[in-house]
Amino acid sequence: MSGVRVLVGTKKGAFILTADGKREKWDVSGPHFAGWEMYHLKGSSVDTNRIYASQTSGWFGQIIQRSNDGGKTWEVPGGEPEKTPDGMPQGQSNKFAYNTSGPDGKPLTTHQWYDGTQHPWEFKRVWHLEPSLSDADTVYAGVEDAALFKSTDGGTSWKELAGLRGHGTGPKWQPGAGGMCLHTVLLDPSDPKRIYVAISAAGAFRTDDGGKTWKPINQGLRSQYIPDPTAEIGHCVHRIALHKSKPNTLYMQKHWDVMRSDNAGDLWKEVSGNLPTDFGFVIDVHAHEPETIYVVPIKSDSEHFVPEGKLRVYRSRTGGNEWEPLTKGLPQSDCYVDVLRDAMAVDSLDKCGIYFGTTGGQVYASKDAGDNWAPIVRDLPSVLSVEVQTLK
Amino acid sequence: MSKVRVVLPFHLRNLAGINGDLELEMAGAVTARSILDAIEMRYPMLQGAIRDHDTLQRRAFLRFFACEQDLSHESPDSPLPEEVASGKEPFIILGAIAGG
Repeated sequence: MSGVRVLVGTKKGAFILTADGKREKWDVSGPHFAGWEMYHLKGSSVDTNRIYASQTSGWFGQIIQRSNDGGKTWEVPGGEPEKTPDGMPQGQSNKFAYNTSGPDGKPLTTHQWYDGTQHPWEFKRVWHLEPSLSDADTVYAGVEDAALFKSTDGGTSWKELAGLRGHGTGPKWQPGAGGMCLHTVLLDPSDPKRIYVAISAAGAFRTDDGGKTWKPINQGLRSQYIPDPTAEIGHCVHRIALHKSKPNTLYMQKHWDVMRSDNAGDLWKEVSGNLPTDFGFVIDVHAHEPETIYVVPIKSDSEHFVPEGKLRVYRSRTGGNEWEPLTKGLPQSDCYVDVLRDAMAVDSLDKCGIYFGTTGGQVYASKDAGDNWAPIVRDLPSVLSVEVQTLK
Repeated sequence: MSKVRVVLPFHLRNLAGINGDLELEMAGAVTARSILDAIEMRYPMLQGAIRDHDTLQRRAFLRFFACEQDLSHESPDSPLPEEVASGKEPFIILGAIAGG
């Protein structure tokens, strides 16, 4: 019997929502890590019982949690008092130490600060955890201040892929209003050496050699809020998505503008089309239709809530430009929530299920690709992230 | 050998699976540093949650109290009051009041 597990990170804990393949009756478990900000939880596609979670706090810093039983129990990797068999010191799972030298051996310790001066890199939290597509013990972490880390021991220890910060444009990166975060990590399912990341507010970057070298992939983006609107870097990319059957086609929700690339990010074109506003955070792709994509338009960068008090998901079946509002089951008056960048996901059942969480604490699900919606839960803390595991 | 009592914040007790106050048996001088070393040795998951991994600086929103004194800005190597070393009074690690 198939089933679905929805992993929800909120500002005050994590929740796990499960249902069988009918997706009608949901079991809600949680709060896990009550009182902590749970920026992201994501399960391994290799072993669906393996889930990684980013637990953060302004008081206590960053904690990495790991489950080996589908979220029933959790452990801090390396949190046991003994040393590991290979002598690795314990208690390193929450240590994200920046590499202090770039690939050319020069120090790489500063980025651009709000006032234009150079500022040291300072670790704050893990925004996104992306498990490997081939090994349950390998996982990537996108962090603030922006950098990409990798663990090959199940989250027990972390090493920076310093080629990203060291490729040359790092000193020009600057934080957006939400901090300078690496929030999107996309692994190419057809090429294990190709990884995409996105950083606010630096832009999108790609490696084709497993993370050793990187290049900006922002050509075609246009951002009026930076001095040179078509600059190589400096764009506030909010989210990128791809479909596994067509991995060279990328979809992007930028600060403003919905974009598309058909050459792995080398060139982007705008596909905002008839959207009521092209500001937003989430973007995702239908599990079985690589040209069917979803966004949730948000009124503006000054008013982070849905326009006209109506919560509408917009779907394009043409890979952009032509959009239709999906409203059945969603509030169409007096609704002023936001949907954050990591808070939409899809399952791979037939028909494809679409899920998203709001800053108002609702998690909505559609089991028919967006035609009809219903809340799974209504009153959680503000939702930071939603991920879905399809269970066979 | 000293038996020192430590009061941890709610969230760190949960993280480490500790019920109530923590009791540590310590040899040598009882200082903030030696207490934190002992805590982290016994509960490695707390490394980085009270003080920085490398600099060992106290996290900004945590305070160290004992005997109705704020010891947060004392040298971590200063001997703590005798009442703490004898276990009569706890060493309190406290989360600052902040946020919502």
